[in-house]
Amino acid sequence: MTYVAMATGFLLILIGFYGALTNRNLLRMIVAFTVADSGVNLVIVAIGYMHGRTAPILDSTVKASAAATRIIDPVPQALVLTAIVIGVGVTALMLAYAYKLYEKKQTLDIAKFTELKW
Amino acid sequence: MIKRFVALVLLAAIGAMFLTLLAGYEPDTELNLTARYYADHTAEDIGAANIVTAIVVTYRGLDTLGEVTVLFLASTIVGLVLALGRKQEKNQRALLPAGELLTTGTRFLAPLIMLLGVYVFVNGHLTPGGGFQGGAIIASGALLLLLADPLKHFSHGLISTVESFAGIFYVVIGLLGLFLAGGFLDNRFLPTGALGALFSAGAIPLIYSLIGLKVGAELSSMLANLAETEEL
Repeated sequence: MTYVAMATGFLLILIGFYGALTNRNLLRMIVAFTVADSGVNLVIVAIGYMHGRTAPILDSTVKASAAATRIIDPVPQALVLTAIVIGVGVTALMLAYAYKLYEKKQTLDIAKFTELKW
Repeated sequence: MIKRFVALVLLAAIGAMFLTLLAGYEPDTELNLTARYYADHTAEDIGAANIVTAIVVTYRGLDTLGEVTVLFLASTIVGLVLALGRKQEKNQRALLPAGELLTTGTRFLAPLIMLLGVYVFVNGHLTPGGGFQGGAIIASGALLLLLADPLKHFSHGLISTVESFAGIFYVVIGLLGLFLAGGFLDNRFLPTGALGALFSAGAIPLIYSLIGLKVGAELSSMLANLAETEEL
């Protein structure tokens, strides 16, 4: 199970990179980056998974005294929570800049933006 | 063509790297030292049933404050970038009205979605969920409103007031922890209560509610800013 989730995550990262490298449309590149982002999050969560254990939430079935042997690693989950939120911020910023670029040149084709080309 | 080839070669290299990582990966059978500490001490020290929440809000609370700040900066910059050079006089072309289903559905669903968001962040210390998730749900309610009526103008004043107050109170609660309990953002200046009760875990429900309001306001303002760019 861990391997399936982790392999899917790695695959998503590769798909995202492929999309970002081969697409010329800015919006498609942004979507590709969010796909890669999800891949990274999936890999981190998969690292924290342990077979036969349950979510790190204490209740009547997971007693606080036995927690250390019953729950999966909560630290990667907290990390991913942060990563997702930052990912949203980054995506919104990318979209705002893409809009400004479109306003300037009336195109989203990255090849038309030659100012920084050498 | 050559560009695509270079990209594929690069991806093959990264893929090979990932394969090595995957082949050499062995799942832990025991919690590592940090995780074990959190698992053993959360219940008696923090009193939160959800250990992830205890980590996010208390153990690593300072990081969360920084994270909220990053999100605030992102939403501010989105507003700033999009507001630059925005044409003031908009010729308001009449839009086709949103369909009956969408309009009625929005009236019915938007308040329920907001309520669900509030439920999720108020129960963040007990169930999966919390301030960030609840805030995102609230913003999805705002998105539904925008879909039903693209010309709708959210009050930016109200949004920024909610956001600023949530931010200020977050820091004030952190300082209360510094003076009344063990340190900055320590939740134990309020009683930790019984594990699993709604009013437990000290200041965590309070802090997570503030985070929920703040994140909801920030994401909604991003959505509103992006929606207002629509050329009509």
